[in-house]
This record gives sequence, structure tokens and C-alpha cells, in this order.
Amino acid sequence: MSNGNMNLTLKVWRQKDAKTPGKMVTYKAENISPDMSFLEMLDVVNESLTLKGEEPIYFDHDCREGICGMCSLYINGRPHGPKRAITTCQLHMRSFHDGQTITIEPWRAAAFPVVKDLAVDRSAFDRIQQAGGYVSINTGGVPDANEIPIPKVIADEAFNSATCIQCGACVAACKNASAMLFVGAKITQFALLPQGQTERWSRVQSMVAQMDKEGFGNCTNTGACEAECPKEITLMNIGRMNNDFFNAKFFKEEKAHEGVE
Amino acid sequence: MSEFKQTFNSSLGKKLIMALTGLFLCTFLIVHLSGNLALFKHDNGQAFNAYANFMTHFPPIRVISYILYLTILLHTIYAIVLTIRNRRARPISYVSGNDSPQAWSAKNMGILGSILFLFIVIHMKDFWFKYHKDDWSAKGAYTIPFKEYKTNLVTGEQISARDLPPGDYEYAVYNEGSVETMIAKDLNQTVEVAFKQWWYVLFYVIAMVTLSLHLLHGFQSAFHTMGWIHRKYKPIIYFIGTWLFAVIIPVGFAAMPVVYYFFR
Repeated sequence: MSNGNMNLTLKVWRQKDAKTPGKMVTYKAENISPDMSFLEMLDVVNESLTLKGEEPIYFDHDCREGICGMCSLYINGRPHGPKRAITTCQLHMRSFHDGQTITIEPWRAAAFPVVKDLAVDRSAFDRIQQAGGYVSINTGGVPDANEIPIPKVIADEAFNSATCIQCGACVAACKNASAMLFVGAKITQFALLPQGQTERWSRVQSMVAQMDKEGFGNCTNTGACEAECPKEITLMNIGRMNNDFFNAKFFKEEKAHEGVE
Repeated sequence: MSEFKQTFNSSLGKKLIMALTGLFLCTFLIVHLSGNLALFKHDNGQAFNAYANFMTHFPPIRVISYILYLTILLHTIYAIVLTIRNRRARPISYVSGNDSPQAWSAKNMGILGSILFLFIVIHMKDFWFKYHKDDWSAKGAYTIPFKEYKTNLVTGEQISARDLPPGDYEYAVYNEGSVETMIAKDLNQTVEVAFKQWWYVLFYVIAMVTLSLHLLHGFQSAFHTMGWIHRKYKPIIYFIGTWLFAVIIPVGFAAMPVVYYFFR
């Protein structure tokens, strides 16, 4: 499987489980092909570790085509590695050079506890979604397509926000471990569309309340999240969330959803 | 928790307080700079001393000045609270640091703000406190002497400027025919003395570079936080934040000690 000509030094965070303290461990990755993806390179390393009878490096991955949001490695000081607008699984070894030392760490945030090695628990994002990231519509007959007219500009903007794959790179990149780009995108995708209006003002309050409860940091508008987002979600989403939040708090009747303090 | 408390205890609420106090301090800078431009007049400090008296005695401005002190404290306290929370949000830091592209000023607002707070304390101790101390000390035992200016009202020219001997004075303006006499506390002299020390001038210039970097990020960031951001007017906010608040205002302030050190 490994027949390339790249030899790399890996510094990888190893942690047995959530309760055991972890440490950086150095490994050699030998005969790596530049055409391999970053995760395939880790597969090769894991294969050799297994053959040696050692515990393989545990990391999250699923679709390996940049749409599921499962892979989550902090590579050489940047989430998803040095390239713009891609996930770790879309990163190839040709982006590195022979003999390079690569540091691989998990996402670091109090709200994302390490499960094992490089895998973190991102269920905080799910709980924020559950707090209001949906549209309540009773089931019934299938409505006609294009029954509700939506201007193309609005539809496009909403779709841009909806491309968020919940990978958590924004939190990982943020110097404050803030989740506001994620929450902003989830709020914006509904706030722009007619279907999202009914719950617009309660949604923003509930989701922000849940975000605070999870222990994420506070945005300082530095823009690292925007630069690292594999789906290129913009800071404008945070601005829209802020606008909707203060609008809801100061001028609207709606309260936060029940159950969210 | 009441809804009001809930709003301002949330992450966005705390950030809103940072934004609003920050923008209030920005507007103060405009007033402070335009008033202090009187320092550049070659009139032995007459205009500046009259302005200093107005700023410290006109009741509405006194009220605003107390709001200003409170604002500085609120901005500082909330910055500390938010920073502590942000540190807690990432208990274990990255071994490989953070290489994400972001502006240096944006990443270091806390350091910049701390330098500015130190500057404000020293600045107020040297001018604000000296000026106000006399109000509380015994009559006649003044640290800042008074000066008497005589102006020809017909031509508008200054006839004389005379340092008054130590004594019991109060701010006064009166006319005798076409000659106007003004007696005012000579804060201008305090400024002159302070700005003749090279290290003091250097400290002020460093502080103004700090201010420039703080506002370069701070001004536009406040608009982001308030949610007043849109592609239609974002360039205008960035333009004002960069040219007015990060260039014109800090350069204007820094010019004062520099001009006094080299040309007075």
C-alpha cells in the first residue's frame, strides 16, 4: 500500500480516554506517496502500528469526500491543515514536503472534550441545533414546488449558510474557542427564508442560550473562523445572528423556546 | 433571571456592552482631539486654558465626564470578564500555536487595551488630577498657577499674557472698554513642562500607536457585534475605522507632545 518516496515525522496527540491526561508522541511515516490523502497517510501509519502490536491512532472520519463534517484534525497550527476551503480528508500529502515534521492535534475547546487521541465529542453542536435549528411544519399534502417565491439572491445567501457541515473548524481556529460562526450560519439559513420566519425570534434566543450553556468562548471578530471554514462561511453570518438576537431581545414579543434558560 | 439580566448576561449581551462603551469612547476621542487642537495656537495657551475651564465647569459636560469615567471602567471590566471566559473555553492550548490568518491587532486587543488603560491612568494623574486637586486643597495653595490674558476686542489681538503670583484666584472674564481680561488656571504650562521630557513624549507616541492598532480593529468590530454590518455599508465602516480612528486621531494626539518637544 505504501510505495511513495516521502518520509515524514509526525507529532501526534495521544490520549487513552477522556479522563486520562494525554501527551504528544512522535512517529515516523515512511514511504508516503504525495498522492495520498492526509487520512490515507494516517491509515498507513496505523497499519504499521497495528503490525507492531501498538494501539493505532484514533481519529474521526467518515465520507472522505469533504461533505460529512466528521474529520477534524488540527494540523501544524491550522484546522484541516494548510490549504483553504477544504476538509482534512481532501488534503493531500503533496501539500507537504519530504522530511517535514507535522504536528497533529485534536480540536481544543472545553465544549469539545477529547474522546480518544484525535477524536473529540462534538455533540455540543447537536444540542445547539436541537435548541432551535429547525423549522416546525405540520405534515400534510406535498406543497407545490416554487409555491413560495424566494428571490434568487436570498436563496443563494441562505444556501451559502446552509453549506455548514458542523465540523467545528471555526471553534478550533478561534482564539476564544467561540462557536459563533457555526451558530450564526445555522440561524442565518433559516432567518433568510420565508419558512424560517415563524420561529425566527425564539430560535435565535434559544440557540444562543444553548451555545452559552455549552461553554464556548466569545467572538472578538478576528476572522480566523472565516479563514479556516472548509465551506467558506463568512463573518456576515455572525453579524446577522447578532442583529437578530438584539432585535429579538429588545423589540420582539417572543421568548426563548421552553426548556432553554 | 429577568429578561433584561438574561440579555446582558449572555455572551452577545456582554459583547454589546463592549461595543457600545467602545464606540462611546471613540466619540469622546473626537471631542477631546478637536478641543485640544487649541494647544497648537500660538497664544500663550489662552484658548487652551479657556477650553480647559469650560470642560471642567460647564454642568452638562461634567455629567458626561462622569459617564465617561464609568464607561472606561465598564469597558475594562467587561474585557477582563470576557477574556477569563474565553480562556476557560480552551483549557488546553495548541502545541503548534495558531497559524490561521488574522490581523495582529485583532489578536492582541487585550494587550493593546492594557497599555491604553495604563496610559489613561498616567495621563489622568498628570493632567486631570493636577487640575482638579486645587478644587479640594486649601485656597491659595495651588499647584497650577493662574495666568492673566488681556485681549483687544477690536482687533482680536492679544495685548499681554502675564503669570500671576501665588494667591487666591478664580476663573474670570471681564471687559474694560475694548480690552477683555481673562484670568484662568494655566494648564497649558503643565502641558509644556510635561512635553519637554523626552521619555514622556516617547511614552505618549507609543500610547498613540497602541491606540491606532486598538481602534483599527475595535471600531469595525463594534459594528460587527451590534449586527450593523452589511456588504452595502461595510466598506464605509472600514474606511472610517481605518482613516479617522486609526490614522487621523492618533496622529493628531501624537503631534501634540512631538510639536511641544521640538518646536516650543
